[in-house]
Amino acid sequence: MNLAVLALEDGTIFEGQSFGAPVERTGEVVFNTAITGYQEVFTDPSYSGQIVVLTNPQIGNYGANENDSESARPYIEGLAVREFSPLASNWRSDETAQQFLTENGVPVISGIDTRALVLHLRSRGVMRGVLSSVSTDAKELIERARKSPSMAGLDLATRVSTPQLYAWKEGAVAGSPSEDIGEPPEPRFHVVAYDFGIKRNILRMLVQSGSRVTVVPAGTKAEDVLALKPSGVFLSNGPGDPEPLTYQAEQVRRLVGKTPIFGICLGHQILGLALGGKTYKLKFGHRGANHPVLNKITNRVEITSHNHGFAVDPDSLNLNEIEITHMNLNDQTLEGFRHRNHPVFCVQYHPEAAPGPHDSHYLFGDFVKLMEEAK
Amino acid sequence: MPRRNDIHRILIVGSGPIVIGQACEFDYSGAQACKSLRSDGYEVVLINSNPATIMTDPNLADKTYVEPLSVEFAAEVIRRERPDALLSTVGGQTGLNLSVALAEAGVLEQYGVELIGAKLDAIKKAEDRLLFKDAMKKIGLDLPQSQLVNSVEKGLEFAERIGYPVILRPSFTLGGTGGGIAYNREDLVEILEKGLDLSPVHEVLIEESVLGWKEFELEVMRDQADNAIIVCSIENFDPMGVHTGDSITVAPAQTLTDREYQMMRDAALRCLREIGVDTGGSNVQFAIDPATGRMVIVEMNPRVSRSSALASKATGFPIAKIAAKLAVGYRLDEIKNDITRKTPACFEPTIDYVVVKIPRWQFEKFPGAEPVLGTQMKSVGEVMAIGRTFKQALGKGMRSLETGKSDGAVTFQDDLIEPRLITPNPDRLGYVRFAFERGYSEEQVHALTSIDPWFLRQVREMVDLERDMEKVSLGSVTREQFLKAKRDGLSDTRLARIWKVGPLDVRARRKELGVGAVFNRVDTCAAEFESFTPYLYSSYESNCEASPSDRKKVMILGSGPNRIGQGIEFDYCCCHASFALQGFGVESIMVNCNPETVSTDYDTSNRLYFEPLTLEEVLNIYETEKPDGVIVQFGGQTPLTLALPLKRAGVPIIGTDPVNIDLAEDRKLFGKLLEELNIPAPENGSATTVEGACDVARQIGYPVLVRPSYVLGGRAMVIAYDEDTVRRYMQEAVIFSQDRPVLIDRVLEDATEVDVDALADSAGTVLIAGIMEHIEEAGVHSGDSSCVLPATSLSEETLATIRTYTEQLARALNVIGLMNIQYAVKDGMVYVLEVNPRASRTVPYVSKATGVPLPKIAVGVMLGKKIADFTDAKGVLSVPQFFVKSPVFPFNKFPGVDPSLGPEMRSTGEVMGVGENFGEAFAKAQLSAGTPLPGKGRVFITVNDRDKLVAVALAKRLTELGFEITATRGTANAIRAAGIPVKTVFKVNEGRPNAVDLLKAGSISLIIYTGTTGAHAFADEKAIRRAAVAYRVPCITTISGARAAVEAIASKGRDPIRVWSLQEIHKSIAAGR
Repeated sequence: MNLAVLALEDGTIFEGQSFGAPVERTGEVVFNTAITGYQEVFTDPSYSGQIVVLTNPQIGNYGANENDSESARPYIEGLAVREFSPLASNWRSDETAQQFLTENGVPVISGIDTRALVLHLRSRGVMRGVLSSVSTDAKELIERARKSPSMAGLDLATRVSTPQLYAWKEGAVAGSPSEDIGEPPEPRFHVVAYDFGIKRNILRMLVQSGSRVTVVPAGTKAEDVLALKPSGVFLSNGPGDPEPLTYQAEQVRRLVGKTPIFGICLGHQILGLALGGKTYKLKFGHRGANHPVLNKITNRVEITSHNHGFAVDPDSLNLNEIEITHMNLNDQTLEGFRHRNHPVFCVQYHPEAAPGPHDSHYLFGDFVKLMEEAK
Repeated sequence: MPRRNDIHRILIVGSGPIVIGQACEFDYSGAQACKSLRSDGYEVVLINSNPATIMTDPNLADKTYVEPLSVEFAAEVIRRERPDALLSTVGGQTGLNLSVALAEAGVLEQYGVELIGAKLDAIKKAEDRLLFKDAMKKIGLDLPQSQLVNSVEKGLEFAERIGYPVILRPSFTLGGTGGGIAYNREDLVEILEKGLDLSPVHEVLIEESVLGWKEFELEVMRDQADNAIIVCSIENFDPMGVHTGDSITVAPAQTLTDREYQMMRDAALRCLREIGVDTGGSNVQFAIDPATGRMVIVEMNPRVSRSSALASKATGFPIAKIAAKLAVGYRLDEIKNDITRKTPACFEPTIDYVVVKIPRWQFEKFPGAEPVLGTQMKSVGEVMAIGRTFKQALGKGMRSLETGKSDGAVTFQDDLIEPRLITPNPDRLGYVRFAFERGYSEEQVHALTSIDPWFLRQVREMVDLERDMEKVSLGSVTREQFLKAKRDGLSDTRLARIWKVGPLDVRARRKELGVGAVFNRVDTCAAEFESFTPYLYSSYESNCEASPSDRKKVMILGSGPNRIGQGIEFDYCCCHASFALQGFGVESIMVNCNPETVSTDYDTSNRLYFEPLTLEEVLNIYETEKPDGVIVQFGGQTPLTLALPLKRAGVPIIGTDPVNIDLAEDRKLFGKLLEELNIPAPENGSATTVEGACDVARQIGYPVLVRPSYVLGGRAMVIAYDEDTVRRYMQEAVIFSQDRPVLIDRVLEDATEVDVDALADSAGTVLIAGIMEHIEEAGVHSGDSSCVLPATSLSEETLATIRTYTEQLARALNVIGLMNIQYAVKDGMVYVLEVNPRASRTVPYVSKATGVPLPKIAVGVMLGKKIADFTDAKGVLSVPQFFVKSPVFPFNKFPGVDPSLGPEMRSTGEVMGVGENFGEAFAKAQLSAGTPLPGKGRVFITVNDRDKLVAVALAKRLTELGFEITATRGTANAIRAAGIPVKTVFKVNEGRPNAVDLLKAGSISLIIYTGTTGAHAFADEKAIRRAAVAYRVPCITTISGARAAVEAIASKGRDPIRVWSLQEIHKSIAAGR
């Protein structure tokens, strides 16, 4: 068994076995507490630039399959797990998780005390690290971790965005004969979706709720978006710090009032910036599938899927213009808001789930309602 | 929606005695509900017939009724107490059924009691197969094809249409009683007939077989605002076809992608909403076809269940406690998560470890019952293990079972591999391992078992690891290899066996190499938030989170999985020990591995270690915590077997010295002590060879009781009336050695047996808590005999002798804490049968009857206090009324087993009846035990010659009470000779119609049948006793039992329905003193 090393910038070292691709990668080391859905995590472009620690100790059990990818390939820089299954056991599995990650050049460190690592990140905050099965020289690796770029101020969204515009028409595919998804309806709306690292399930959900979707690059001008005659504009999730995305915020500001807008995750943060708010970095972020979010309009709690390291500061928002609609019950951070005068709303968490609970699917219906009203 | 202020007094219905399918998980849920509601300022009234529970402790509710869970007695409690609401969902199926019955009888309406937790409609929709099916179809959930039938013809018609095999599930029965799998027409008729009979509504569901499918459970909670969460997902290691209570289960689910898991989550939430469970917890079971992913819903329970207890322990999310809060109006987001303190209970726990539950079976106690598993639950208990990985958890789980099988001591047979893999049975996991050792491939084992390939790979890796360990030795093993072995769950004992060294050698070398256990926390959130609750499990990770305190502290060793003979009574004692320690300002540390119990609630002790009760694991905790003392006398045999090894390892055992505990078990030393004290015992001896045993038996004279040393609950005991039996027993039944001889005692025939519980302190003060007279004569295991407080037939002189002997023995053994002595009284002579210087099964019952908390005082004296510091009572504690404890048997789960009583304990639980007179208390106890005595009808009597005189008197009394008598020839002649009208009936082998025919025709309401000599049960007797179980006719097999029954029947005609709360009983004791 080959050795792999995970070195953190503060000098902490974890040694384990190497799986996946035998390479070396740097990234921000973050942890995700979801029990299911590792393939969706691997392929979520929002994890670009990050080495992901999964708290579920048994990873790889059900392999990987074509339909559960959230993008064309894995985006995580590396994976750290307690135990990695060489065997895939599931009727939908096409290949093992090991094959999937190896083919896509992602290194895996297995057998490490992931709980100790998570406790470390929780108390010290997320930090940079190097995952290597090439070098085992701890000193050298720590040095490399320290020299790697920091997440703060990094525009990763542009890097993972689509180079050119494309149309998306696919709806969801049932995972089982017992899953009743139904054929997508005839599209009644045209959604233009900014791709900052968009997850496929968002696109599927948009189609499923009656839209045809045009996906545009992160650098698309507001005028060019409006020229596509959208029924609504969608602002996607994506990796990195929202603050450097001033160009995008400016485009969004120009779209407000012209067309219904729905933002998720990074899209929510960009909307916050566009509407004059500020964002800040969380100590260790929210990554998991069990966060309680209170919908202040319905006064109901949704169990939600999270993946963000930054948040919008609610105190920075102009509450005459903006109404806070969703709050996180764990730490009282802002989870969603809407514009009081324009058809604009957004959430910090992931209503498209994948992975995670489906409690917030209704938000896609809300978007449809806004587009309906704006027609 | 905060707490409701329109209700003040809430009635909680408990689950009654421990039976297969309904064990102490409902003590856990009930106790949590009581605590939770009272902490919110509600008055709690409780009814539960089980005295061995924590929930029936007088300080847990405002009014505690240890009374039968029947409509008439519950109605009387309601009439007296006038509760505003009834919480129906924490008392298992029994609690739910009684709640429904009270609603349907109009009692709730009459007294204006609101059903909270689950409404009547919701209960019916979930429990009634047909309504459930319609409801699920309405919301688009797939189910196995099924039909409800009420006749064998209809059943055959349906089964033939959908094809065999089919599953049968009788409506409204406990733990799937009467269910089964029919592979053909013959099976169908047999199971269906019985199922229809057992179902109180005479209905059985016949269902498409989903045998071999993957099985899952979700634990769901919902509040009045429709916030709903999944607390835990559970995947069964054993595929569909094995009752979930008999399956090895794993949390979280291991082989589902997020897509599939969320599909299941959505389905569970839809199900909960459609059924209409407004508040509380439910359990929803699913099956998935491993080939196509088709998912069907199997069933849902609109209440707290065994699985929810498991889920609570597995995640740290206390389902019952929160369910109680939701029932009185709280929302999930208004309740805090106890463990993180800052985050709300409205979230879904996530875990960074793997939990494995393994059931514990005891087929060996039921000769004649086939040890196979199906849709009817057979296990008597379970263990849970927490590990960082599945392998670690499975390894821990196997050694938690205490079957001796985990360290490789069991032999497997090659020719049994395939049959044992194909048909689920208690040894299947062992055979999976054995098959791998014998070169079977994962594919082959999967084809035979349908167990998921991922689980098989894990087991395979464990087997391979042992192979790898065989290649090294204790001297050559590297730190890395050692660490891997420990991280993958291999015990020191197992390694010792592989390396042919002692377990302590393995431990020593391991520590030299720096491979030591650390402890991780169960925190509901995978370390995302800080945890404030020290709920710990061991692992071989890098970081220890135990952070022990420097307070004065004592560690309590629990009793492990429930077994016959070692059940909830010992958990009761351990919990009380913990409460008492905290009361004395000492930190309490609990160690146990039974997920059903109150002791493994993280709220019970200051610190909880969810660990196997092995020397290795206990020493790990000891070395981390360094407690000032360790208590071994409350957890039954499990901690006692560890006492001496722990003492040798330098662990300070407090209370009675383990050497003295051992002395009481050592035949020679103890015999000498009795001689010195001049206390008689039945003639006895011990033997280590077959011939030796025969010689001893001959000298003593038959009948003799033969048993192995060191047992609890009468494991493998027989009464031998002849040498043949002794010889057969020695050759087949028991393993003995120089260290562990076989014990042989003279059986005192027709003696009265007496149980005594006593307390003693270091000053030699002895307080006798109870002198209990057994109703069945000596020879019936004390755990299987009904007993009464106070003794009813013993003379003052006998009582004085018992008192003297007890005091002498307590002082001679330097008892500090509790002790239990069994005596036999024959012809005015008192003999000592057994002395156990530890807590006994009767401690909770005696504590409740006397109002004196025995375990609390016991802990006090262990800490150096004196009995006088707690009570001014002296001599023998008095009781103001009659308290009868009766056992409850699982015979209806083991068809074909002879339900006669003997020295081998077979009861799973107990109930208590309270009365102004013996008859009343006994009648209540029998009702609670599920064998209610009739008020009228025909009594069938057949007794041996010795009992004829008494039988005639009883027949006379029964005739006066309005009964008709039927008897077999000999007995009938005796009765007729006394001028009492009697009908004669054939014995089974004499012709027809015989007694069994009458039973089947329903024309007999009570059987009194004492064996001919007891040497061999004749076919006739067995047939009648078995038929009695099948047709639920009370069958009394001892003449003393019959005498008690007649008194009880007389009481039923004479005494009104009346109930007493423990609080008022204890008040009257206090007033009288």
